[in-house]
Amino acid sequence: MFSLVWIVPLIAALIGGWLAWKAVSEKGPTFVIRFKTAEGIEAGKTKIKYKSVDVGAVESIELSRDRGVVLVHARMEKYAEDYLVKDSRFWVVRARVTGGNVQGLGTLLSGAHIGMDVGKSADATREFTGLEEQPIVTADVPGRHFILKSKTLGSFNAGSPVYFRKIAVGEVESYGLDGDGKGVTSRIFVRAPHDQYVNRETRFWEASGIDLKLDATGVSVETESLTSILVGGIAFQTRGDGKDTEPAAEDAKFRLFRNRVTALAYRDVVVMPFTLRFRESVRGLSIGAPVDFRGIVMGEVTDIRPQYENEETYMVVFANLYPERMASRQIGEPKRLKRGFSREQVIDELIETGMRAQLRTANLITGQRYVALDSFKDAKPDTVDWKESPPRFPTVPGTFTGVAENIAQITKKLSAVPFDDIGKDLKRGLETLDRTLKSVDKLAKRVGSEIAPEVRESLVALRSALATVERTVTEDAPLQQDARAALREVARAAASLRVLVEYLEQHPEALIRGKPEEKQ
Amino acid sequence: MIEATAAQLGLIACHVCELVSRPPARAAACACPRCGARLYSRKPDSIARTWALLMAAAILYLPANIAPVMITTSIFGTQRDTLLSGVAYLWTSGSWPLAVLVFVASILVPLLKLLALSYLAATAQRRSRVRQRQRTRLYRMLEYIGRWSMLDVFVVMVLVALVNVGALANIQAGAGAMWFGAVVVLTMLASMSFDPRLIWDRAKYRDG
Repeated sequence: MFSLVWIVPLIAALIGGWLAWKAVSEKGPTFVIRFKTAEGIEAGKTKIKYKSVDVGAVESIELSRDRGVVLVHARMEKYAEDYLVKDSRFWVVRARVTGGNVQGLGTLLSGAHIGMDVGKSADATREFTGLEEQPIVTADVPGRHFILKSKTLGSFNAGSPVYFRKIAVGEVESYGLDGDGKGVTSRIFVRAPHDQYVNRETRFWEASGIDLKLDATGVSVETESLTSILVGGIAFQTRGDGKDTEPAAEDAKFRLFRNRVTALAYRDVVVMPFTLRFRESVRGLSIGAPVDFRGIVMGEVTDIRPQYENEETYMVVFANLYPERMASRQIGEPKRLKRGFSREQVIDELIETGMRAQLRTANLITGQRYVALDSFKDAKPDTVDWKESPPRFPTVPGTFTGVAENIAQITKKLSAVPFDDIGKDLKRGLETLDRTLKSVDKLAKRVGSEIAPEVRESLVALRSALATVERTVTEDAPLQQDARAALREVARAAASLRVLVEYLEQHPEALIRGKPEEKQ
Repeated sequence: MIEATAAQLGLIACHVCELVSRPPARAAACACPRCGARLYSRKPDSIARTWALLMAAAILYLPANIAPVMITTSIFGTQRDTLLSGVAYLWTSGSWPLAVLVFVASILVPLLKLLALSYLAATAQRRSRVRQRQRTRLYRMLEYIGRWSMLDVFVVMVLVALVNVGALANIQAGAGAMWFGAVVVLTMLASMSFDPRLIWDRAKYRDG
């Protein structure tokens, strides 16, 4: 009745049923990934890989209703169903060459595939937004993320290495502008176990490129590695021994310094803001310019604003002073403070002894200026009103300004001189002179016409008179002869007298006894 | 022309040595006096066996078409081809004659065979007298082209043996090939177990 041959379709049915059940039960969930472009993705072919293992495949691709994004419908393998959680990430793996490394070379031949990073969340979801770039760090790598704040991006990029003692221990994961556009926030990842070296005292700086320094010891070149010259990077180091500090938490925020020197420099804990009011131009003074005390930077300029007050315009310079720099750290706290003086009192005293702020030119060529603190013995007494916020630090005009002021004073005096009146007087005087000269001229003419003939006659008379005189005094003139003979006589008489005097000097007795007879 | 069947005359032809003999009447089972093979006037349980094998083949026809027949692994990736995707590939790549051949051999013929055998078995069961000649011709055609269906299986076998260049390229037979082979074998068995003489049996009774 029942033929054994019916076992054959029974077996076939069992096999078919088993296959069908297997197909249905092994069919994983479908989900949607949004991509900006479907470049490299093929429906039915592109695989989804996690750690290079196929965990799913793309089933179909369609455009969204508004044509804004590409919706990639994919199916996950059954066993990978749990991978579809909220923070799982998908991206298209294509061949990528960056400065530091080459990725996805295999995709050149096999075509792109969709990479996956399984998140840690417990919330399942079926809708994802694909990443445009392959994430640098996947969730399964142990380590910690840190957030670095800086003013500008610097010369690193996503994927640039993070160095600790010149060993690459992590990567720059992403960067972006702050919400207010006032700075750049970068997210970096430091792999375990190196992340334990990041603590509260850790300083990060840009290890990009070459740091060329020229100082008294010569030229020194510093760089992290050849890679960092090419692709930039970030380095960190911990100030001090850092023994007693806990490792920093995940997503801890740090400041990113421009270079190693500023990063490891002492960070001022006490900041005293001041305002400095200058009447002169602050041209050449920039924000960030140093406040210098005899060559040591004691603070920096934070803001410059003009202010109109009491019918006068001031340039108000906001500056931060770091009073800690006044005291040598080897000694510890300044002695004054130990005696119970507050910082305010110390500054009061300094101002009493003549300390003032002054604008000085740092560079004559570029015209850069800085704020100098110095003692001025002849400064007008001034005080700080600590009730103001921020308090006003007394200033004196700059050196250049002093010269300028002196010149201004001279100019002022000069301008006080009544050049107009002087000019008028001068003009009047000149007119008078002119008139005088004209009358002189008239006089001269009259002299020429009337007086000159008389003068000539007089001159002729004078000449004849002179000729008479000449005749009288010539050598052979009788008057001359007589005078000469008379003089000769006088000379002879004088000689006789001299002989007499000489004789009397030798023989004064001759006055009484007379001249003795000469004995022959 | 004398029209009489062997069964009407009480004769049985041995299906092995073709000796026609007269078995003792009402003998449940007897052997060929010459070669010793079992003698039967009609294939025993023919219709039921045909139906059973046909059903098995029909069931396996589905996975044979869904599961991949050939898995090609190369440096460009892994490709899984089902019977239909292979035909589609040949068609889109321009090899239309080949595509038509593979389509006929791998898809059309097994399907037609399943349908035709079902038709034959159904009509034989109902002892229908409709188009008996055509039905017989259909059966002969089925017998003849049935083996062609193995074309695809042979192609896969040859490729698996030939293309084995390690990491560069590798071809494996998929589960579909197995199911497809099973379908072909089952339909062949079904057509073998069908006794075409059944087409004429009732007719002769009626006529005779």
